[in-house]
Amino acid sequence: MKIRKIAVTLEETHLEIGKEISPPTRRAAAIAVIENPFSGKYKEDLSELMAIGEELGGLLGRKCVDALGIEPADAESYGKAAMVGENGELEHAAAILHPKLGKPLRAEVEKGAALVPSSKKMGSMGQPLDVPLGHKDAAYVRSHFDGMEVRLNDAPRSDEIMVAIAVTDSGRPLPRVGGLKHEEAEGKDGLR
Amino acid sequence: MPEVIVRKTVISVEEIYHERGPVLDQPHRRAYIASVIQNPFAGRYVEDIVSFIDDLKPLGLSMAKQLIEALGGDAGVVEAYGKASVVGEDGELEHAALWHAPGGYSMREQMPNSKAIVPSAKKVGGPGVRIDVPVTHSNASYVRSHFDAIEVGINDAPRKDEMMVILAMTTGPRVHHRSGGLAAEDIFGNDGLK
Repeated sequence: MKIRKIAVTLEETHLEIGKEISPPTRRAAAIAVIENPFSGKYKEDLSELMAIGEELGGLLGRKCVDALGIEPADAESYGKAAMVGENGELEHAAAILHPKLGKPLRAEVEKGAALVPSSKKMGSMGQPLDVPLGHKDAAYVRSHFDGMEVRLNDAPRSDEIMVAIAVTDSGRPLPRVGGLKHEEAEGKDGLR
Repeated sequence: MPEVIVRKTVISVEEIYHERGPVLDQPHRRAYIASVIQNPFAGRYVEDIVSFIDDLKPLGLSMAKQLIEALGGDAGVVEAYGKASVVGEDGELEHAALWHAPGGYSMREQMPNSKAIVPSAKKVGGPGVRIDVPVTHSNASYVRSHFDAIEVGINDAPRKDEMMVILAMTTGPRVHHRSGGLAAEDIFGNDGLK
């Protein structure tokens, strides 16, 4: 895997619509910009990208947890996304995200019984990528459905892929649409 | 004396390994911190705004410290810096200028090598607006390898009655700098220029 750059962003929300958020909600995103080994050609076997996904799941998951400054077990939600530059194909994003990225990511956030929500797209430099967020142990926890926009003005170049992982230690700033609560989640089946 | 009310803070660190040239062992790092604060002058013309500069000083210091912390805690690794501010639509460009002193001196006070003026940019814009924060060498503005810029933006800021204040720092030159000019190792470092 050839990494050109890694960007880590931490966002803290202290106030929303005039109401103090205490403690502030916090979320982090780690983004890797890598060379697409299959740029410009059709390749049937995508296992090289699957291996890259496995490596990035651990690397980017750890960067997020480090940026939040929390114990792995204190992570509450997560998500993943990839944007493929124009000389690649959408399937390249799928190969990175789905087969092998989850397991090492879950190791970094301890447990992670829930599906890691994901999004993917083809795109060019500077385009926004919205990383969906869901509770890491119980997908139905309604307060933690969210998304985090990431973008880098110089990525992805046409022969690159931008891979992002987001991790939070909290839900939305002012959740009040009901549903299953974080405190009520059992976290056994990944759903509730 | 208006209070400084922070809605959100974003800190970002980029590690750059290469840009299609030789790969570095130790990546260069480029970081920024942006605080989204309420604009106490939004929605009306206020003649006397200058006292807000003092109000912003504690925020500036805290942001500079957080940014140095995000780069590992040693201000000595910082080689270049910059600052910017963006004012939401109910404010005016002049409000952005309030960030010059508290933004610049907060970084310089904490950096051993900071004789150079801190370059800056400002604009009025809506949520999601992007601003390119200019970056120059912190001890000698003419050092060519360190001229750079970092694009910053937050999808939900600044709202109409807010301003976004930004500090930026880098730990090295452009990754494959080779455009000549004054080199960092050749500076006198006395006047902030060369």
